[in-house]
Amino acid sequence: MKKVQFQSRWLPYLLLLPQLAIVTIFFLWPAAEAVQSSFYLEDPFGFGSTFVGLDNFTDTLTSSDYGRVARFTAVFTFFVTFLSLGIALLLAVKADKVLRGASAYKTLLMWVYAVAPPVAGLIGVLLFDQHVGPMVDFFAMFGWKMQIGVDYFDTSFAMLTTAVWKQIPVNFIFFLSGLQGISKSVQEAASIDCRSGLRRFWTVTFPLLAPTGFFLLIINITYAFFDTFGIVDVIVKNEPGNNPVTLVYKVYLDGFRGNDLGGSSAQSVILMAMVFILTIIQFRLIERRVHYT
Amino acid sequence: MSTITLDTVRKVYAGNVEAVKGVSIDIADGEFIVLVGPSGCGKSTLLRMIAGLEDITTGEVKIGDRMVNNVDPADRDIAMVFQNYALYPHMSVYNNLAYGLKNRGMDKGEIDRRVKEAARILEIGDYLDRKPRQLSGGQRQRVAMGRAIVREPAAFLFDEPLSNLDAKLRVQMRVEIKRLQRALGTTSVYVTHDQLEAMTLADRLVVLNGGNIEQIGAPIDVYDKPASTFVASFIGSPAMNLLDVKADGNGLSLAKGAGLSGANAKGKDRYTLGIRPEHMEEVAGPNGGDGLLLEAVVNVLEPVGAESYIYASLGDGGPEIVVRVSSHARHEAGEKLFLKVAPENAHYFDADTGRRID
Repeated sequence: MKKVQFQSRWLPYLLLLPQLAIVTIFFLWPAAEAVQSSFYLEDPFGFGSTFVGLDNFTDTLTSSDYGRVARFTAVFTFFVTFLSLGIALLLAVKADKVLRGASAYKTLLMWVYAVAPPVAGLIGVLLFDQHVGPMVDFFAMFGWKMQIGVDYFDTSFAMLTTAVWKQIPVNFIFFLSGLQGISKSVQEAASIDCRSGLRRFWTVTFPLLAPTGFFLLIINITYAFFDTFGIVDVIVKNEPGNNPVTLVYKVYLDGFRGNDLGGSSAQSVILMAMVFILTIIQFRLIERRVHYT
Repeated sequence: MSTITLDTVRKVYAGNVEAVKGVSIDIADGEFIVLVGPSGCGKSTLLRMIAGLEDITTGEVKIGDRMVNNVDPADRDIAMVFQNYALYPHMSVYNNLAYGLKNRGMDKGEIDRRVKEAARILEIGDYLDRKPRQLSGGQRQRVAMGRAIVREPAAFLFDEPLSNLDAKLRVQMRVEIKRLQRALGTTSVYVTHDQLEAMTLADRLVVLNGGNIEQIGAPIDVYDKPASTFVASFIGSPAMNLLDVKADGNGLSLAKGAGLSGANAKGKDRYTLGIRPEHMEEVAGPNGGDGLLLEAVVNVLEPVGAESYIYASLGDGGPEIVVRVSSHARHEAGEKLFLKVAPENAHYFDADTGRRID
């Protein structure tokens, strides 16, 4: 990398200022506020606050409700990540082999990327609608009477399906470009060395896709944790009741529906810590990531 | 070890592009065949059809007695060395060599024996634990060769394996490939666009142009008796001088310009005359005798060390020719030269078809 010498020693700071300002205003400051309010019990009507130390954290972590939501989030994240990565990889491998109409096929697979999460949630709601939803009709043929918003499992299923569907295009784009980055002659050499296409995939193609895979794994975990908020919100229709929700959604529920700002802040601090750990893992992996040339 | 037979093999790509137009070659057991030609002549396509990496549109490819048109590349009993080596970047050198054998379910001890043996022959034993990215270009090339020889295949296929190496290493590896092929006696098909590589390696050369075979033969035969103007200009460096000439009762003369005289040897009125740069002998002046006489004016003298090349124009707006002379020859630009060509060194080609006239 070429080093640039600035005439004035203040110029670099000036150039960095907009970015720093954005980070400070939209991240550092709210984060600091959240950390601070996580130690206080806020009056719901804003008449004052009482310092309660770590009570908010102990309350949160010991509540059975939080445990239930955390377990659901873990299961939800696992399935969203596993399924959206798996299906996207399968589609990318197939798309990579398409010769005719490749660009049309790829565009078809990618357009979902442009759909905003709440809209995706809405489409999911329509697909799984009790009265007009084609998915409900479809599963009814197999004797499964889906009741979205009533049955815990059915609701989770709809949420998961929508979340996976929404995430596949992103993974697909990355996997496809990863596949196209694998030297054609390496694949040809493998086809001479190994008869079984499946074995070739697992011994040559898959290991060479690993860097892309690591990266996507982190992206997908983050997605399942945070970006599915819109989907969850539309599907549970503000009626959390007994419905499955994720940790991020619970932060919103407790804070803005339940007016428990302190508890909600404590939860978001816990989430921040998780993201922090995830980020460290990601950087470690990326640094140690094998660069194939 | 095995023969390879190509019988009117054609390759037509989508859009009706005909890359290979009915090529037939019989390759003997243990023979080293070099497919040579300019880019786009179909040589790589032909090799890839033998390997099974491209479908064969029509025609037949046989390895030994077996028709392999529809046989999977892994089952054709061939090994291929690629231009960019195509090593598996995530595997150690040892595993790169062993991968093909493992997939065939070969016994571990036998795999180890073969890998060690190949490593010994190619002198790569010290880097068996390394990854390809930790190796130099020449070492990667050796590993690619090793991956081919551990297989002990019926045939080696080489797709321009030396073109990514620097000039010095290229010469060294060229010699090694030849020695290795001789030692193993494995039938080999080698693709290159480098005529020098082709000449030095081949038992027989196959010169391809536009999807057709121009000539098949031993390198020296192809050099001495090129079958067409294409072969004449492609094989040999500097290329053969090709001159448009006309002939009548008075003998031979240039179609454009002056400076050529000689007898009409072939009884036609138009030819393309071919003269190799080394077949022109400097004489003091027009002194009769048989053969051709050229009069030229020196433009440039280009010394390359062991020899020098004179670029000279034939008289009165005639074409430029290249003459090979000894490195000690001294010539100035503008100097007049008389050059004599012995009758047996003059090649005549049909002016319209470019085919050789004997």
